[in-house]
Amino acid sequence: MNYRHMLAGAAIAGLMAPAAWAERGSDGQVNILYWQAISIMNPFLSNGTKDIEAGSLVLEPLARFNETGVLVPYLAEDIPTLENGGISEDLTSITWTLKEGLLWSDGTPVTAADAVFTWQYCTHPEGGCAQAPNFGGVSNVEAVDERTIRITFDGPKPYPYGPLVGGQSPVLQAAQFEGCLGANAPTCTEANTMPIGTGPFVVTDFRANDVVLLEANPNFRDPDKPAFQTVVLKGGGDPASAARSVLETGEFDYAWNAQVEPEILTQMAAAGRGEVLSSFGTLVERIHVNQTDPDPSLGEGMRSTAAHPHPFLTDPDVVKALSLAIDREILVETGYGAAGQVTCNLVPAPDFNASPNNDWCKTQDMEEAKRLLDEAGWVPGSDGIREKDGRRLSILYQTSTNSVRQGAQALIKQWWEELGVETELRNIDAAVFFGADPGSPDTLQKFYADVEMYANNFDGTDPEKYLGDWICDQAPRPETQWQGGNTSRFCSEEFDALLAKLGSTAGQEARSAIAIELNDMIVNSTSFIPLIHRGRVSVKSNSLGGVLLNSWDSELWNAADWYRMQ
Amino acid sequence: MFAYTLRRLLFAIPTLLVISFIIFALLDLSPGDPTANLPLTIPAEVREQIRISLGLGEPFHIRYLLWLQQFFVNEPLNILERMTGWTIGDSANRMRVISWQTRSPVVDIIAERMPQTLWVVGMSYVVGILIAVPIGVLQAYKQYSIFDQVGTFVSMIGYSVPTFFTGLVLIVIFSVQLGWLPSIYDTNLEVNSLDTFWLQVKQMIMPVMVLALANASQIASYMRASMLDNLNQDYVRTARAKGMKEQTVVLVHVLRNSLIPVVTVIALGIPAIFSGAIITEQIFRVNGLGQLLITGIQGADLPLVQTLTFIFAFLIVAFNLIADLLYGMLDPRIRYE
Repeated sequence: MNYRHMLAGAAIAGLMAPAAWAERGSDGQVNILYWQAISIMNPFLSNGTKDIEAGSLVLEPLARFNETGVLVPYLAEDIPTLENGGISEDLTSITWTLKEGLLWSDGTPVTAADAVFTWQYCTHPEGGCAQAPNFGGVSNVEAVDERTIRITFDGPKPYPYGPLVGGQSPVLQAAQFEGCLGANAPTCTEANTMPIGTGPFVVTDFRANDVVLLEANPNFRDPDKPAFQTVVLKGGGDPASAARSVLETGEFDYAWNAQVEPEILTQMAAAGRGEVLSSFGTLVERIHVNQTDPDPSLGEGMRSTAAHPHPFLTDPDVVKALSLAIDREILVETGYGAAGQVTCNLVPAPDFNASPNNDWCKTQDMEEAKRLLDEAGWVPGSDGIREKDGRRLSILYQTSTNSVRQGAQALIKQWWEELGVETELRNIDAAVFFGADPGSPDTLQKFYADVEMYANNFDGTDPEKYLGDWICDQAPRPETQWQGGNTSRFCSEEFDALLAKLGSTAGQEARSAIAIELNDMIVNSTSFIPLIHRGRVSVKSNSLGGVLLNSWDSELWNAADWYRMQ
Repeated sequence: MFAYTLRRLLFAIPTLLVISFIIFALLDLSPGDPTANLPLTIPAEVREQIRISLGLGEPFHIRYLLWLQQFFVNEPLNILERMTGWTIGDSANRMRVISWQTRSPVVDIIAERMPQTLWVVGMSYVVGILIAVPIGVLQAYKQYSIFDQVGTFVSMIGYSVPTFFTGLVLIVIFSVQLGWLPSIYDTNLEVNSLDTFWLQVKQMIMPVMVLALANASQIASYMRASMLDNLNQDYVRTARAKGMKEQTVVLVHVLRNSLIPVVTVIALGIPAIFSGAIITEQIFRVNGLGQLLITGIQGADLPLVQTLTFIFAFLIVAFNLIADLLYGMLDPRIRYE
């Protein structure tokens, strides 16, 4: 070796410095614990989030959402948009280009045909593909050439990033899954447990519902990654002991979904071996305010329908006072800890879709709440309950049976009674409350109560479908067999029109602007009281670096970048 | 004796069929849904399609008969093929019992899990017996002594404190506070040197001791009671009167006779080894059959739960028979005709 070579080598090393803190496989083993054990590595046949996340170490989509909800290309060269011509002018097709020189872990090239096959695999009517909604509205997927994939929709699709995007719909290797279409899908045990992928790791041993062993993919596209040579993905147990094994005994580097009471988690973290990470998706714990009268004397088929508006919960002052009387900080502290934060929005995230306009509910203001009611003519009666024109402010408040929710109910009842609003609490078994059985009087859709509390979220980052639940037509009523997402029976022509406009608007900035406007309409109406933005909580050891907890995709989305801190 | 055994075996067949039907019906009626763990955002039509692809679209009796065929015909044929290397009929397309969670054959998963359960739970049973028998004998021999009182007290605690509590206490003491033992069982450990053997011993100590304590307390109290019964018998007085050494009287005459009921208890407890210590395996994350059953129940994996439960039922029936036969062998006064 002469000086010139050495200098050239040094120059290259210098250029790569940011990535060169480690070379592939230099950091040994990383131990990951999922308290729900992994059953299968194929997300299309998975039984739950845990399998999708485990699969994401091996299988990759064209693009993923990063920790802020922004799409980043994985197998694709870049993200197709209207501007770069990747999305057709009429919004009916999207064209992706694969990166050059991509290889499967067995050394064969990745081609557009694999993407076409994946679409056929998941949409086969007998396959029972759990991720079929990702391919909703797709009329064709074709391979234009080796590296170009064109996805055509059956109509204009302003937000076309569903198919083959995100941890839930990665690309499968056609050669491996060829014989596994339709009814044969479950019989391909080898392919389902040890899929050939493009991701940073390859499965070397799979023990169902127990442990998955992986090692670095020799054909991974970044020659310096992953830093870890092997991964042990252990499963089983419960959230508390999983958190303990990272924070207290240090046997594991990362534990998924530590749903533990806040005070216990804080106590464990005090041992100083690791830290608690949280990340916030779109899940919001909220109170829906019934805009229709649930009075039983109206009779079945009439109560809680638009024919009878609610006598006092349609009064903006009353609902605003109820919202102001709640101390959301205390609700977070007592029930959620690191997994919750105060919010005044329906769409709380990602940042570019979250409205910056609603901060008034963040701090409790009992005096202001009382003043609002006084001015509106609701004055305390002899028993301290406010009344107006012979009508008492008396509320039936229902939710599902769950200790955290009952804790929140008790606190809110206390604040509302201080305000002079009589509050009766009720909790219903979750299976019934969320069961949507039109024969049961206790479902969240029937809403035979004045207010009800639950949590809801949406997949991905685009809120169009989620906001679409708030149009007049989505109100549950006898004619729809009490189905529909608009549980509050919110109805505004202005809102419906703006939502229709969202359905034909492309481009992220324009869509975000409309989404924020729609969000503000609901939040400032009388039908909605936001409470808490709920997130994911996981724990990692102090020696594990590179972890970016992500609510928009798999938590292991960037495992290729994880490394051992010295 | 042979005729009796044969009769009992023939009787077992309808019993097992009825049991398998009851298990199947109970599981079918229970409100589990294999798609329940999927994210809430997956719509109902997709869930329905998944259920149909799992075979839930067929009526109850068809699914039951299919399971019977898969379990009693296809699986034994498969095992036979593997052992002999023959091909019997259309073996590539023969449907095996497939787990809904993992989409792989249930029997293979069970075979993979069996060794861990036998090692950990079986070991705890052996340790439990080794502790219990001498303690029970001594307690009975020195009835109402301090040793007896302390022994009774400890077995009361061992019997009444649940294993999920003792397990957690041990973890907090030995893993969290002292850091001596691992709290999570490493199922990938291959024992191929003294070091790895020592690691294996270290990770087995806690689960084995937790279960051994529970087993030992039960067996020790049986042992003590049975010894006490026999110590007051006439033949003991006769043996002593003949001038036999106390050691011979107690350890040969009394112990042998007292072991008869204890052996029955031990034999009847063996199926419980196979069913694994469900809770203990879960706490220490031992990948045994008990933990498999729990994950199967959580995921509403009916074929897995059905097959496992039926295997347990079969073992219980079998060991009942074995216990009865052992009884006859140990006690010449008992004869089955």
